[in-house]
Amino acid sequence: MTDAPLLKVRDISKFYGARIGCQNVSFDLWPGEVLAIVGESGSGKTTLLNCLATRLMPTSGSVEYRMRDGQMRDLSRMSEAERRFLMRTDWGFVHQNPADGLRMAVSAGANVGERLMAVGERHYGNIRETAGNWLGRVEISVDRIDDQPRAFSGGMRQRLQIARNLVTAPRLVFMDEPTGGLDVSVQARLLDLLRGLVQDLGLSAIIVTHDLAVARLLSHRMMVMKDGVVIEQGLTDRVLDDPREAYTQLLVSSILQV
Amino acid sequence: MSTADLATYNFAYLDEQTKRMIRRAILKAIAIPGYQVPFASREMPMPYGWGTGGVQVTAAILGPKDVLKVIDQGADDTTNAVSIRAFFQKVANVAVTTKTREATIIQTRHRIPEERLTAGQTLVYQVPIPEPLRFLEPRETETRKMHALEEYGLMHVKLYEDIARNGHIATTYAYPVKVEGRYVMDPSPTPKFDNPKMHMSEALQLFGAGREKRIYAVPPHTEVVSLDFEDHPFEIQTFDKPCALCGAENVYLDEVVLDDRGGRMFVCSDTDHCEERCSAGHRGHLAYDKEAAE
Repeated sequence: MTDAPLLKVRDISKFYGARIGCQNVSFDLWPGEVLAIVGESGSGKTTLLNCLATRLMPTSGSVEYRMRDGQMRDLSRMSEAERRFLMRTDWGFVHQNPADGLRMAVSAGANVGERLMAVGERHYGNIRETAGNWLGRVEISVDRIDDQPRAFSGGMRQRLQIARNLVTAPRLVFMDEPTGGLDVSVQARLLDLLRGLVQDLGLSAIIVTHDLAVARLLSHRMMVMKDGVVIEQGLTDRVLDDPREAYTQLLVSSILQV
Repeated sequence: MSTADLATYNFAYLDEQTKRMIRRAILKAIAIPGYQVPFASREMPMPYGWGTGGVQVTAAILGPKDVLKVIDQGADDTTNAVSIRAFFQKVANVAVTTKTREATIIQTRHRIPEERLTAGQTLVYQVPIPEPLRFLEPRETETRKMHALEEYGLMHVKLYEDIARNGHIATTYAYPVKVEGRYVMDPSPTPKFDNPKMHMSEALQLFGAGREKRIYAVPPHTEVVSLDFEDHPFEIQTFDKPCALCGAENVYLDEVVLDDRGGRMFVCSDTDHCEERCSAGHRGHLAYDKEAAE
């Protein structure tokens, strides 16, 4: 890890009218670090993630990102063209529902290749080869390259979505409940895959989840949210093994033990 | 019936305020080649899909001294062409022609004439779906943003899909082009055979989409490049036989079924071009048969 943070978040708040989405959230994310945001549904996790990923405009506060040239840029002051370029090159966004992040009517190969074509790749053979490699890395057999995602199972779709996001070698990936809606054995494989990819590529990631097991497996650090406010944050193992807030204790103790 | 009994139309059907509005849209479209300018499309006395956009553009630019030619799939004698030509004869009383060379305004559906267009001529296209990105992105708000920010990667996704499914770029009409290095444009459902004719054309090209309420343009001497991949370059259709009537090669041919036993012939889709060649003495292999029969 280097000495400068990748993402600097200061006092982010988002209000929906009088309602609080999230309030006064501040943290730094370092290169190669995986941060989990946990909390019950309605606690503001996804609102916070959307504010960070510029999918929502925060009511107040600032998010700064260190660009590839080393400069810190305030995301809200970037032009829309720059933001969208950032989103499809240096960032990834993995949706809970793969249908939101994939183009369901075009083949798996085109789904993976889209970002390459968006940044100017114009050689069909190269695009296809790269797409094939990425399908292999996310454990989708290469002979499915011309199939549409509709023909894929839920787990495969989610892996395809991950490949589609990682193909441009992003430095920061946002994930919104990446394992939601998958059955347990598929979840386990996906988590294993994600952990491997994050390590190999040195990715930074912010993962929103309500599943503490996901946080335990993937993240270095975690933040616990309740009613739009971060109530506890720290190293994942510390928070899970030694929760300080009453709410976190409740959350940890309510994990089902089989 | 005397003319007093008839409802009198303004010249070229549309009222002057409407024409002015359309001319403004046309001027803006010419100023920004390939950009789709919204306009307040009017109800026309024909259904959508019959060329309401093209008719409005033609009505807005038509003057009493203009000579109008209307083609449908290259032909001057099909329903759409005949009725639009008759429409303007009636409401504007302008001279009409089938000869490409004599026309000052050519309204077209699906073809660009084979004969090279010259300075001073205007080609008006009837456009059903002006948005080249619509196939992959249904949201208008999003496609407009993509045009504004020049995000055209998606267009290549479509071509990628073509190659992945068919082994080659199977798009044969409405083949996307980039105009003057900036806007990606749908050249209306003309066959891709005609795409090279748009490049650096001396004639002004105007596109009207009535239902979608868009006008766009390619001014004379404008760069029009068909999109492709480095390893799958753009190619136009080729035909292995010449026209059966006039023997022309390197023109776009229509297939005509002759009987129910598999008999067919290929003839020029541009009827004016074909007739001109025939009268100049060119003969295809089926033209001889016809003469022998007579």
